[in-house]
Amino acid sequence: MREKLILTLGSLGTVLMLWVIYTVFLGLPAEILQGDIYRIIFIHVPAAITAYCLYGVAVIASVGFLIKRNFVMDSLAVSCVEVAQVFTLVNLVTGSIWGRIIWGIWWTWDLRLTSQLMCFLLYLGYLLLRPAVSDPTQRGVMSAILAIFAAADIPLVVMAIRLKNVRTQHPQPVLETGGLDPSFVAPFVVSMVALMLIGTALVLIRLHQESSRREIDSLRRELHAV
Amino acid sequence: MDVRNFTYMVYGYSAAWLIIVGFVFLLVSRSRKIDDELKRLKSLVEDRESEPR
Repeated sequence: MREKLILTLGSLGTVLMLWVIYTVFLGLPAEILQGDIYRIIFIHVPAAITAYCLYGVAVIASVGFLIKRNFVMDSLAVSCVEVAQVFTLVNLVTGSIWGRIIWGIWWTWDLRLTSQLMCFLLYLGYLLLRPAVSDPTQRGVMSAILAIFAAADIPLVVMAIRLKNVRTQHPQPVLETGGLDPSFVAPFVVSMVALMLIGTALVLIRLHQESSRREIDSLRRELHAV
Repeated sequence: MDVRNFTYMVYGYSAAWLIIVGFVFLLVSRSRKIDDELKRLKSLVEDRESEPR
């Protein structure tokens, strides 16, 4: 059942993404100011939105773990964070490639870019912290606190291009300002759905790994006890 | 400019897919290791339990 669900979600996500790539590369014209490089937006922005959704689930699961001390919550949090890190990396790398063409530089210490990098590094810290703590309860509590603390950076990333007194090189949010051409909306939305489906499939795989790891830990304890 | 523009767009999509596919491979290899370890421990526990005391 679980494997079928993962396969279905993953396949559906991949098929939708292939449609997006086909449409973006062959169906849409080049943008008048940016040329072809604007097409990166169809993976750059959906990757960021998927990552934030997954960080959000991780925070909810972390709060759940702190309240109920249920290890499934801890597993869900770490699974979501790990997959979200992959999408954050996709966002950072594609943004950097876009910046190389449009700004002429790979990176700038702009508020939006810096806060997004901070988000990536904070959750990287979360993933590096976990193996360093051997006691499962202590590990879960410390990870949950760090996951909640790190999430404080996400509103900063979102608001970085909306704050009035902040000058940023990053483009304004085109979805809210209506700057997105109607023909771009369908591939944009489908790309977001595709990445969400792929992300969910990856989280389910990670969740299974975490449950197997808990089983391994209990078997090890059993062996030591015998 | 246009050719370079197109090339970098292809780099962008390739990088994105490489990161995602790389992560999938990492997950698959990790799953194999975990499954092997689980099998090994289960057989060890069974052996210990079947041993005469």
